[in-house]
Amino acid sequence: MSALLEIKAVTKRFGGLCAISDCSLAVQPGSTHGIIGPNGAGKTTLFNLITGIYKPTEGEILFKGASIAGDRPNHIALKGIGRTFQNIRLCKELTVLDNVRSAYDTQLHYSPLSALFQLPRVVRDEKQSIATCLELLKSFGLEEFANHRASDLAYGFQRRLEIARAIALKPDILLLDEPAAGLNSGETVKLMEFLRWVKENFKVTIVLIEHHMKMVMGLCDRITVLDFGATIADGTPAEIHSNQRVIDAYLGGDSDDE
Amino acid sequence: MQYFAQQAINAIQLGSIYALIALGYSMVYGVLVMINFAHGDIFMVGAFVCLLIVSLCPVTLPFIVILLGVMLITALLGALIERFAYRPLRNAPRVSAIITALGCGLVIENTVLSISPYAKPMPVLFKVFTYHVDGITVTTLQLMIIGIAIFLMLGLDFLVRKTPFGMAMRAISFDTKTVPLMGINVNLMIALTFAIGAGLGGAAGMLYGLAYPVISASMGTLVGWKAFVAAVIGGIGDIRGAVLGGFILAAVEIMTVAFLPSTYRDLISYSLLLVILIFKPYGLLGSAPNQKV
Amino acid sequence: MTCRWALPVLVVIGFIFTVIIEKYQLFNGYTVFVLVTIGINIILCASLNLVNGYMGEFSVGHAGFMGLGAYAASILTVKIFPNVDTPVLFFCAVIAGGLVAAFIGFLLAILSFKTRGDYLAIITLAFLMIVKSSLENIHYVGGPRGLLGIHHLTTLPWTFFWVVVTLWVIRNLIYSKIGRAIIAIREDEIAANAMGVRTREAKIFAFATSSFFGGIAGALYAHQIQFINPSSFDILKSTEILVMVYLGGVGSLGGSILGAVVFTLLYRFLEQLTIGPGQLGSWHFGPWQLGTWRMVIMPLILVLLMLFRPRGIMGLREFAWFLPSRELLTRRKKE
Repeated sequence: MSALLEIKAVTKRFGGLCAISDCSLAVQPGSTHGIIGPNGAGKTTLFNLITGIYKPTEGEILFKGASIAGDRPNHIALKGIGRTFQNIRLCKELTVLDNVRSAYDTQLHYSPLSALFQLPRVVRDEKQSIATCLELLKSFGLEEFANHRASDLAYGFQRRLEIARAIALKPDILLLDEPAAGLNSGETVKLMEFLRWVKENFKVTIVLIEHHMKMVMGLCDRITVLDFGATIADGTPAEIHSNQRVIDAYLGGDSDDE
Repeated sequence: MQYFAQQAINAIQLGSIYALIALGYSMVYGVLVMINFAHGDIFMVGAFVCLLIVSLCPVTLPFIVILLGVMLITALLGALIERFAYRPLRNAPRVSAIITALGCGLVIENTVLSISPYAKPMPVLFKVFTYHVDGITVTTLQLMIIGIAIFLMLGLDFLVRKTPFGMAMRAISFDTKTVPLMGINVNLMIALTFAIGAGLGGAAGMLYGLAYPVISASMGTLVGWKAFVAAVIGGIGDIRGAVLGGFILAAVEIMTVAFLPSTYRDLISYSLLLVILIFKPYGLLGSAPNQKV
Repeated sequence: MTCRWALPVLVVIGFIFTVIIEKYQLFNGYTVFVLVTIGINIILCASLNLVNGYMGEFSVGHAGFMGLGAYAASILTVKIFPNVDTPVLFFCAVIAGGLVAAFIGFLLAILSFKTRGDYLAIITLAFLMIVKSSLENIHYVGGPRGLLGIHHLTTLPWTFFWVVVTLWVIRNLIYSKIGRAIIAIREDEIAANAMGVRTREAKIFAFATSSFFGGIAGALYAHQIQFINPSSFDILKSTEILVMVYLGGVGSLGGSILGAVVFTLLYRFLEQLTIGPGQLGSWHFGPWQLGTWRMVIMPLILVLLMLFRPRGIMGLREFAWFLPSRELLTRRKKE
C-alpha cells in the first residue's frame, strides 16, 4: 500500500540553524500518525514544510506520489492537505460561520467578475455554501455559535472550529498541531473521541503533533519521534513505548498529566 | 567635471539634512515599528522656532545657543506628541496610530499655516565666507551645515552603540513586552527616543532654513516625505540605513535637476524608490521581520 | 422580509428626486456642489475602504487613481471628442477613467504582491508621486498647469447613479468568496493560505476594483470643478480620503458614507462659520472666520476619535440593509 504522504530525507536550514535534519517518515492512508518529540524538536517546522510555508533545503515531500515541496501553501491546501495551528489562527473578526465558509470557498467556482454583479449563479452558490457550512457546524456541535465572532468563543470551541474549518476544505489528510494544548485530562478524553469521530465521518487520514502521551498512545497507529530535527524512532505505539532512545530523549520523567 | 563637483557639494549638504530627518523616522520605527508621519512637520517647526527665537530675542544670541534651543523645543514637542497621541494607542490596531500621526502632523502644519500663511525669510545668523577652489564655490555655510549634521550623526551613533541608553533602545526594538522585565523603563526610553529623533529633525529644519533661506508651513510635507523615502530606501528602522538613504536620495535629486528638466526630479526619485523596493523589499540595509508560524 | 424592499425603493425615489432637483433647479448652485462633492467622496471612501478597511492595508495612493481617472475621462471629453456632450459620451468617459485607473492598480498590485504592511504603504506613496510627476511632464494634458475647460457634465442624478453603482458593486464583492478572502488576508494571511484561499488573486482583484472606483470618482470630480492639474491629486488629497475613511469607520460601507458626509459637511460648515459680530458686556468681538484654523480642528477631531474609537465611528460594523438577504438568514436564526 503506497503512502499518502511521504517525507524523504528532508533537511531544513535557517541560515546556520538546522531545524530539520535528514527526516523521513511515511503516512499510510486511513491511519492516524503521531509525531512526538521534545519542544524545539522541529515538529511544527515539519508541518510548515509540508504545507508549503517553508521550502525544504534538501529532500523530497510527496503527497499522493507527487512532489509538493516548494508549492504555494494555498495550492497545497487545494490538493487535499488541511491543518490546524499550535496557536489557534482563526479569523477573529469573522463570524464562526464565515470562518468555515472561507475554507469551503475552495469548492465554489464562480468568477470574480460575476461576484461583482451578483449574478444568479453567485447567489445560488453562496446559499448552498451557507447551508453546507451550517450543516458542518451542526455536526461539530457549533451551530448555535454560527453568528458569533470567532474571537468570542471559548477556547475549546475555538479549537473545534479550527478543525471544522480545515474539514471544510474536504482534505484527504488533516494535520493537527497540538489540538489538546491547554485542555485538562477530561477534555482530552473527549477530544480523542471527537477525533475518532472526525476520522470515521470525514474519511481523513490524521497526522497529529501532541505532547499528551495518553492521547498519542491511544489514538495513533504509528508514531514518529523527532529530536533535534532528526527522526530517532518510528513504529507502533508499543514499539515506541519501549524504545530506549525515545525514553532517554523524552519520556524519562515526562509531564504526562499537566 | 567642475559642474559635477559643485553639484556633489550641494548633494552632500542636502544629504546631510535628509539624513538627519531620516534618522528620526528610523529611530521611531526601530523602537515602535511605527511610521511617525508627524515627523516631517516637526522638521518644519524647527525652522520656525529658529525664526521665532531670533525675532523675539532682543540680543544677538550665539549660533550654538539658538541651535540648542531649537533642538530642545522640538525634542519637547516630539515627546509631548508621543505621550498624548501615540502612547494611548500602543495596543490599538497599528493603523490607528499611523492615522493619529497623520492627524497630528496636519494639526501642526495647519496651526503654523494659520499663524503664518506666507513664506518667511530666514534670518541671517552669521557672516558667510565663500571660498573658490578650482572653479568650485564652497561657502562656510555649507561646510557648517555638513559639519553639524555629521557631528550630530556621530553623536547619535555613539549614543546608540556605546551607552546603556542606546542598548536599552535597541533592546526595545526587538521585544517591547519582555524588556520591562529587565528593569528598563520602557515609557521613558520610548519618550527619549522620540525626543532625540525630534530634536535631530528640528536641527535639520534650522539647517535647511539656513541653506534654502525661505521657509513655509508646507515645508514639512514637501521635505518630510522625501526624508521618509530616504529612510525607507536605506531600510527603515536601521540607523545606518537612514544616513545612507539620505545621501543617496539627495544625490539622485541633485544630479537629476543638474542634468534634466527640474520637473523630472520627483519622478526619478520615486521611481528609484519603487525599483529598489521591488528588488529589495525591505530597503538596502533592512531585513525581513521574523514571524513565528 | 417586507423591509427588504425599502432600500431599493428608496434608491429609486432618491434618483427621481435628483432628476427633479436638476431639472427645476430646486437647490442653489452651492448646495448642489456640496451634494455632488459628498457623492464623489462616498465613492472615494468606499473604494479606499476595500483596500484599507477590508483588506487591512494602508494605501496612501488613492488620489493617484483619482487623478488617473480624472485625466483619462477629461482627455476623452476635451481632447478627443470636444464637441460631443451626450450622456453616452459622459458615461463612456467615466468608465474609461475607471478602466485606466483599474489597469494601473492591477499593475501596481502585481508589482507588490509580496509586500505587505508598511512597505506596501510606501509603494503606494511612490506610485502616487510617480503619477503626479508623470502628469507634470506630459504636455498633451497641460503639464503642471493642467487641463482647463472641462465641461460641467457631472450632475446630481449622474452622481447619485454612480454612488449607488459603486456601493452596490462593492457590497456584492464583500459578501462573496472574494470578499471573505480579502478579510481573511487582513485577519491572518498565513491561515488564509492554509485554507486554500487564493490570496494573490484576491489582493490583485481588490486593488483593481478599488482603483476602478477611485478612477470613476476622479472622472466625476474633473467634470464637476472643470479644471484639474497634477497637484489636485497629491498627498494632501490622499490624506483627505484617508481621514474620511478612518473617521467614518474601516471595513464598513455605512462607515464610508458616514465619513464622507460628516467630513464634507464639517469642512463646508466650518468654512462658512462666522462668529459674531457680537457683544459681551462692553467687549465687541467678531466677525471671526475660522479660515485655515478649520484644518486644525478637523484633524484634531480625527486624533481624538482615534484615541477613543480606533477603528472609526462604524468600524467593522454594517447596516443590516446593506447585507444580502442570504446573510441575514443566519443572523436571524440567532433569535
